[in-house]
Amino acid sequence: MKFLRWLLGFIALGGAVIAIFAYLKVSVATKLILYLLICFLLSMFRIFKGPTPADRSVATDTIGILVIGFCGIMAVYSGKDWYMDIAIAWGLQSFIGVLALAKFLEGKNFDE
Amino acid sequence: MNDVLALFLIILGISFDLFGCIGLIRMPDIYNRLQASTKCVTLGTCGILLGVFVKFGFGAAGIKALICIVFLLLTAPVSAHALARGTHRSGIRLWDKSVCDKYEEDKRSTK
Repeated sequence: MKFLRWLLGFIALGGAVIAIFAYLKVSVATKLILYLLICFLLSMFRIFKGPTPADRSVATDTIGILVIGFCGIMAVYSGKDWYMDIAIAWGLQSFIGVLALAKFLEGKNFDE
Repeated sequence: MNDVLALFLIILGISFDLFGCIGLIRMPDIYNRLQASTKCVTLGTCGILLGVFVKFGFGAAGIKALICIVFLLLTAPVSAHALARGTHRSGIRLWDKSVCDKYEEDKRSTK
């Protein structure tokens, strides 16, 4: 049963990656953004399913780092500079948010 | 030439991101998930930003990408460490096949 689940996930992920690479008639930037969309969907799955609050916090941290890479790809393929400003600001906000989540998980006061 | 090198770095970074997110799904425990996802996703995003720097050169966007790499390399381990510490203190146990928990022994010996 466990092997069946492993095989099903492997076939689904590998099939999605190969289908995007070989059979989809779109530009290169759209293909790269679709690969990042798969990463976002996997993290969202962990947020919805995660058994403890700490799992959801880890997936939130992962999404916060992935958005920076998304801004980088958009900066390369649209030629605009201000996507990097968004990336820096988003990284700072995500760092502060994850630190607050960690202190909240610890279960004590904030000023300790 | 610059475009080809930037595309290679971006594809390398996205593959690291994908493997990190597969680890986030696949691993059995919160601590294993934290280790797999944080390290792979940080390195992958640094690869993407390095591709941005190679594409734009020493312009406004390239320097901002370098600053973002330094910032990411400084803050991602700090946030991962804080998450692991908070998780362990909130009482979530390790996976039952883990062999060694030094932090628990430390907390017991200092009490």
